[in-house]
Amino acid sequence: MENRLHVGTRKGLFELARSNGVWEITDVRFLGDPVSAVLADAEGSVWAALDLGHFGAKLWRRDRAGTWREMAVPTFPPKPEDAGDDPHPWSLGKIWVLEPGGAPGRLWAGTMPGGLFRSDDGGASWSLNEALWHMPERRQWAGVAGGEQPGINSVLIDPRDPSDIRIGVSTAGVWASTDAGGSWRLINRGMYAEYMPPKQRDNPIVQDVHRLARCAAYPEIVWCQHHNGVFRSEDAGATWREVTAIRPSKFGFAVAAHPTDPDTAWFIPAIKDERRIPVDGKVVVARTRDGGRSFDVLTRGLPQHHAYDLVWRHGLGVDESGERLAFGSTSGGLWMSEDGGDSWTMPEARLPPVAAVRFAPM
Amino acid sequence: MPTVSFTSALQRFLPAPSAEVKGATVGAALAEVFASRPALRGYVLDDQGALRRHVAVYVNGQAVHDRVRLTDPVGPRDEIYVFQALSGG
Repeated sequence: MENRLHVGTRKGLFELARSNGVWEITDVRFLGDPVSAVLADAEGSVWAALDLGHFGAKLWRRDRAGTWREMAVPTFPPKPEDAGDDPHPWSLGKIWVLEPGGAPGRLWAGTMPGGLFRSDDGGASWSLNEALWHMPERRQWAGVAGGEQPGINSVLIDPRDPSDIRIGVSTAGVWASTDAGGSWRLINRGMYAEYMPPKQRDNPIVQDVHRLARCAAYPEIVWCQHHNGVFRSEDAGATWREVTAIRPSKFGFAVAAHPTDPDTAWFIPAIKDERRIPVDGKVVVARTRDGGRSFDVLTRGLPQHHAYDLVWRHGLGVDESGERLAFGSTSGGLWMSEDGGDSWTMPEARLPPVAAVRFAPM
Repeated sequence: MPTVSFTSALQRFLPAPSAEVKGATVGAALAEVFASRPALRGYVLDDQGALRRHVAVYVNGQAVHDRVRLTDPVGPRDEIYVFQALSGG
């Protein structure tokens, strides 16, 4: 099977395949429509979540035979009368992340306004995780970037035990379930929020977790790109240590964890929040290979003059080898590396703004 | 019988032909269409059954008043038109 990459953009879904060492676009779907999340499995299925401006969130699946079909979307139950003071809507805003659930047919969907949904039939039907949704603390979850809806941006399944789940929320910290979603706890300690009033700075529920990434071979190792910096956990997200060696800046959205090396991870730093552009107009990737004690700032093949590309939460991906990476930007840049980030090439394309990249597993 | 028509912008995603229905309110009229075309419902209504924020419904050229419960009355010769409010870029 060929190496394949799926790129969800503001204006459609692009599939790239690698042949003779060159990545080329081999398929384009949903041209003109915003793609908010994408997932591919080893059997050849692809899921694409759309965020249609007028007509709501949609989910499509391409089966192994290559046929695209519209699937059910997660929906919220009728809002009860006594939930009138819930600050968040009981209606799907958008699907922000899709992850395989570690069992045949099982998928998890993290959404705005903060609902976590599970499918056991490949996306044909969905059920809301009621345990999380009905936690009183959920009403304290804050909207993303001043918006009204919080969002679940990361769903980490322990490869050894699919009932062991961590989620990252913008903005509500890190939540854990060890019983397949039957109950949940807010677990993160050690993060801080500079933008909050001083007494709220260390409150776990106000932490803006931009994105979580977990080492598949050592699932207790979790990396976080947080609004205020980079953090690393060695106990599956319970306690966090700030990684202060990150260069050239500590703000960013995306993080990728090496699948087998617990000390290697990649970040794409930017100038913090009011501006959200690369430092000095240079697109760089920051890579650590020693657990965050030091970083290489990787630039070979990346634009170093007047480049203003920002990379969103799901815009950076790594494959199962840990050598092949891809990232896509808000300016439609797409870069690929075959050597762990040492050098980068750009496929021949000018894409729409990129929301998500995803390698198909081999 | 009232008629329900849908914007051509919807036809890009799924079939949405005009239909003659019996309903006496906007909600009942739409529900009759969705009964035969269930996939269409999620394009027009949100999870709670209200009109999507960026979807507009007019009856005889006037925007409906009740976008949440869809209780605006419709008569036998009324024309209900479902289209997109302007947004995006």
